[in-house]
Amino acid sequence: MSRTSTHGGLLIKLLMGAVAMFAFAIFVLPPLYDLFCEVTGIGGKTGGAYTASEITIDTSRKVEVQFVATNNATIPWDFYPTEHKVFVHPGESREITFFARNKTSNDMVAQAIPNVLPNNAADYFHKTECFCFNNQPLGAGEQAELAVVFVLDPDLPVSVNAVTLSYTLFDITDRIPMQVSQIQ
Amino acid sequence: MAHGPSQNFFSRWLFSTNHKDIGTLYLWFSFAMFLLGGFFAMVIRAELFQPGMQLIKPEFFVQMTTMHGLVMVFGAIMPAFVGLANWMIPMMIGAPDMALPRMNNLSFWILPFAFTILTSTLFMEGGGPNFGWTFYAPLSTTYAPDTVNYFIFGVHMMGASSIMGSINIIATVMNMRAPGMTYMKMPLFVWTWVITAFLLVAVMPVLAGAVTMMLMDINFGTSFFDAAGGGDPVLFQHVFWFFGHPEVYIIILPAFGVVSQIIPTFSRKPLFGYSSMVYATASIAFLSFIVWAHHMFTVGMPIAGELYFMYATMLIAVPTGVKVFNWITTMYKGALTFETPMLFSIAFVILFTFGGFTGMMLSIAAADTQYHDTYFVVAHFHYVMVAGAVFSGTAAVYYWLPKWCGRMYDETMGKVQFWIAFIAFNITFMPQHFLGLAGMPRRYSDYGLQFTDWNMVSSIGAFLYGGAQLLFLYNVIRTIGWGKPIDDPQVWEGAEGLEWTVPTPAPFHTFSTPPVVK
Repeated sequence: MSRTSTHGGLLIKLLMGAVAMFAFAIFVLPPLYDLFCEVTGIGGKTGGAYTASEITIDTSRKVEVQFVATNNATIPWDFYPTEHKVFVHPGESREITFFARNKTSNDMVAQAIPNVLPNNAADYFHKTECFCFNNQPLGAGEQAELAVVFVLDPDLPVSVNAVTLSYTLFDITDRIPMQVSQIQ
Repeated sequence: MAHGPSQNFFSRWLFSTNHKDIGTLYLWFSFAMFLLGGFFAMVIRAELFQPGMQLIKPEFFVQMTTMHGLVMVFGAIMPAFVGLANWMIPMMIGAPDMALPRMNNLSFWILPFAFTILTSTLFMEGGGPNFGWTFYAPLSTTYAPDTVNYFIFGVHMMGASSIMGSINIIATVMNMRAPGMTYMKMPLFVWTWVITAFLLVAVMPVLAGAVTMMLMDINFGTSFFDAAGGGDPVLFQHVFWFFGHPEVYIIILPAFGVVSQIIPTFSRKPLFGYSSMVYATASIAFLSFIVWAHHMFTVGMPIAGELYFMYATMLIAVPTGVKVFNWITTMYKGALTFETPMLFSIAFVILFTFGGFTGMMLSIAAADTQYHDTYFVVAHFHYVMVAGAVFSGTAAVYYWLPKWCGRMYDETMGKVQFWIAFIAFNITFMPQHFLGLAGMPRRYSDYGLQFTDWNMVSSIGAFLYGGAQLLFLYNVIRTIGWGKPIDDPQVWEGAEGLEWTVPTPAPFHTFSTPPVVK
């Protein structure tokens, strides 16, 4: 057929389209999704380490902050907040602790993943210090008090008067030396 | 110049580059997969006949639901329509063959290997895929059996096959139309297939991307879908449904095309609103890319997202409604006769519309919280997949089989099959709406006692429906072997189009010199 070259050209264009869609799925969609969650604050992802600046404490309102700790799958650690809720003024810096104990006879490494509800509060929940910025190695039977220092942004929407900070603890012993500490 | 097929059985079928032979291979392969997937469905319905565990273990039950979905979607329905496209598109546009015949051979012969790999996992240690046909992470990554890697490889192969098949169809239609066959003169089956082929080229690579990310998470320590490493399981659902929603239109658009060929023939009237049909098909294809998250209303989306996806989904009812009204208007005041293909097509219009309405119910975000992951969803998508795609595929086989093999099928047996299939289908799936609304979740091997009666009814319907398919197989084999020979090129009195101008049975090579279309 005299049109073979046209077929070939079309074939190459369409194959390139398919390859582009494959690359789109792997290299574009996941970062796009993260970006979307970050911009809109949905997904409850909190930001990275926050450098405290001079912010005024808004003493006119008090916000209830609740803490939740969950063990993912069956990671055999004790893991709970030492206080279940605190009341803070927006702008006020507060430290709270979580208790963790490795109940097993093996050395383990865990990673806590934070989540903040309601979704529209996630952008206003700042952590100046958090154990979740790093992974947590605990030897067999060891225990630790893990600290979080947080500040609620004074711009927190007035409709929000209670915020829940939740941590899910994952067993990442097998994943070390996979570098996971960059995640927040 | 013209020569027939190779006389050697193996070289004819293994090395074939003839669009008709490859179409035949696709059709037989998809029917074999239809029977396999149907067998899995029979196992499911047999277990659900009574509450409690009778026949199989729960772990095997979930493998059956998963394999049933995968085999039916990727093995039965999609290859069936590719087979029809192979057979009919060159004959409908006056082309001698497909544009890329060797690639055509390759895209078919990948499939039997892909499905052998997929099905063989059932016999391996750990069992087959057990995470549902939607294979949500982390169920399909962290908690999957080791055989998930075979599943991933199988999906990659199917994807490659579909992409090659689609590229072939696009190249054929764009480059090989007979002189005078402008785009707006193409039969609607060709139109719906071209649009489907573009959808496939766009989204099959996204599916490949999703399973590749799974593969990396499972074997190479990445964390696309694993929160422990900073990933997000909800991302999987977004990627999957970005593929998955266009996929449902990939399945149904060629079915629309088939019905748009058959209804005018047996109404003895041209299709009403041809150009609106083309635009409606294109609109549906476009909308399919922007509604995916309506499958995920319960993941915890913000209200703005729910509203957007709800309204965008409802918008699809507009072009779909255009199509349904056009089919009805084509029949209006026509000289209707009710041969088997027409019966299946009318049933398609009725039952597909019904399934469309339950889809509208599901699109309401607030109500979806109740329907989500219940048998209501199962009933909904079987109304559009079985009464939609499978009925139209059956209609297509009855409609074109006399042209393919030059023999007439047994009309009485066809009608008997239709009525059994139509009644049994409704006995099977109508009660599943009630079960779902009453709260029965999908994918479980057991259920509360209050669901017993309707499950029994549904199982009886399913066995009957399965039986009707054996009758179909018998009728097709009987036609090919011993059917009444016919040699009228027209076959059907009201049929129009180039495929009815070639002799019956269609010779091995058609349109070696292109016809001129006025």
